[in-house]
Amino acid sequence: MKKETKSGSNLEKLLNRGEFVVTAELGPPKGVNINIVINKVKILKGFCDAVNITDNQTSIVRMSSIASAIKILECGTEPIIQMVTRDRNRIALQSDLIGAAGLGIKNVLCLTGDHQSFGNHPASKNVFDIDSIQLIKMFKDMRDEKKFECGEEMKHPPKIFIGAAANPFADPFDYRPLRLAKKVNAGVDFIQTQLVYNVKKFEEYMKKVRELGLHEKVYILAGVGPIKSVGMAKYMRSKVAGMDIPIDIVERLKKSEDSKDEGINICVDIIKEIKGIEGVSEFTLMAIAWEEAVPIIVKRAGLLPRPNP
Amino acid sequence: MIVAERKPFDEIKKVIIGKKNIVILGCGTCVTINQTGGEKEVAILASELRIAKKLDGEISNIEEITILRQCEREFVEEIKEKIEQADIVLSMACGVGVQTMAETYPDKLIFPVLNTISMAFPEKPGFFKEMCMGCGNCVLYEYGGICPITRCSKSMLNGPCGGSQDGKCEINPDIECAWQLIIDKLEKQGRLNLLIDIKPAKDWSSSHHGGPRTLIIEEAEI
Repeated sequence: MKKETKSGSNLEKLLNRGEFVVTAELGPPKGVNINIVINKVKILKGFCDAVNITDNQTSIVRMSSIASAIKILECGTEPIIQMVTRDRNRIALQSDLIGAAGLGIKNVLCLTGDHQSFGNHPASKNVFDIDSIQLIKMFKDMRDEKKFECGEEMKHPPKIFIGAAANPFADPFDYRPLRLAKKVNAGVDFIQTQLVYNVKKFEEYMKKVRELGLHEKVYILAGVGPIKSVGMAKYMRSKVAGMDIPIDIVERLKKSEDSKDEGINICVDIIKEIKGIEGVSEFTLMAIAWEEAVPIIVKRAGLLPRPNP
Repeated sequence: MIVAERKPFDEIKKVIIGKKNIVILGCGTCVTINQTGGEKEVAILASELRIAKKLDGEISNIEEITILRQCEREFVEEIKEKIEQADIVLSMACGVGVQTMAETYPDKLIFPVLNTISMAFPEKPGFFKEMCMGCGNCVLYEYGGICPITRCSKSMLNGPCGGSQDGKCEINPDIECAWQLIIDKLEKQGRLNLLIDIKPAKDWSSSHHGGPRTLIIEEAEI
């Protein structure tokens, strides 16, 4: 018997079917040129099952996730919008969700968001009215209890597939699976992890996740992505909080003749290693500002063809 | 206590151009402990300004006064005569003191020498950490005595975020991750179970987000 979907999204249908899902990240442009979005989608089409569109990632102003997603829908590809709590309060978050869902968007990733001091507008005021866990719960209650956050009833609630992030590499390490449990209790449907480079540490994390039985309650998509150069690896190792890049990856890139190609190979190797971990059967590909790498990675990792929803 | 730090000297110097009678008014409470606005700092600023004025070839009379608290009318009214003679008052109080002066002497120019920073704790001499932002609904007991609203950069009630590393906040390695502290403390207290349930979205209406707050203590009303 077919499992009834909460949102009817392709992503949800494929995950319910037990398919090996691949999502890819798309960074919107810094201007109004929507063709940039269209061109990026063209590169990704056929190589992933849904496209993640970031929401002013790293607090740098870009075209909004929802606006980009509408265009992506028009291109016949399924979007996953991201919503951070840094820039919008519960009023705006609910409002944007209703708008997005009303226009056909079915997947939403709930995040707290990078602090504004990281971006190009560090002087701005942040919001953080609610955190990611409260956001998950709020959206779940809108969908299932048909109520706004204030308790008022909704006549036409959004049908959405709710996602969130998890960082197996941040501290406190032992607490992370417990925090994932909180997200599961809040009602999250799928999880996208931070980029995995330290597969051993990720295995340790997944062991704890399985001990809590969480892998049976939520779909976990492992974050993977290519590193272009030694410089990028070193930067991510030292400057990006919550990122764990083992030194042997830096060494591999150093020794290689073509670091871009090697970066892709490292990503493919990681995918193959992760495939064997119980509880993980999906991937979220984040090729930051390098969407062209996605088709290559998906091919080399043996993830083609993508299934029909 | 409330802590503040002195504005750049040039900013202060600019304001007194052309002013003959200047009063530098210190405060004997928070900013004295903070060592930015007490009697000693008033004296230091006075001599710096006298030197600067001399170099500019200007003559002026700089009066140094410190009262116990600039946020209390009782003390502020006592110095009425001195204030009325002043062309400008350089207040070395926190924002509350400056505004008390401005309200009590509406015809006088009151300049804030200090930038008021926060309600802070002196962890060690000269080192002040922001602890409380006056949200109006204290839940410190549930968090092992560490405020997630003030001390977490994102004011998370269900933290930590994914940027916590080695007990430090992602935005600045000098800032401790409040959530690392909370988890460690609750674990020590055997109360980590307090973090299992999802803390609901905060009602911010008791904080400044609900508007500038007026507090009435009936017992204190006359």
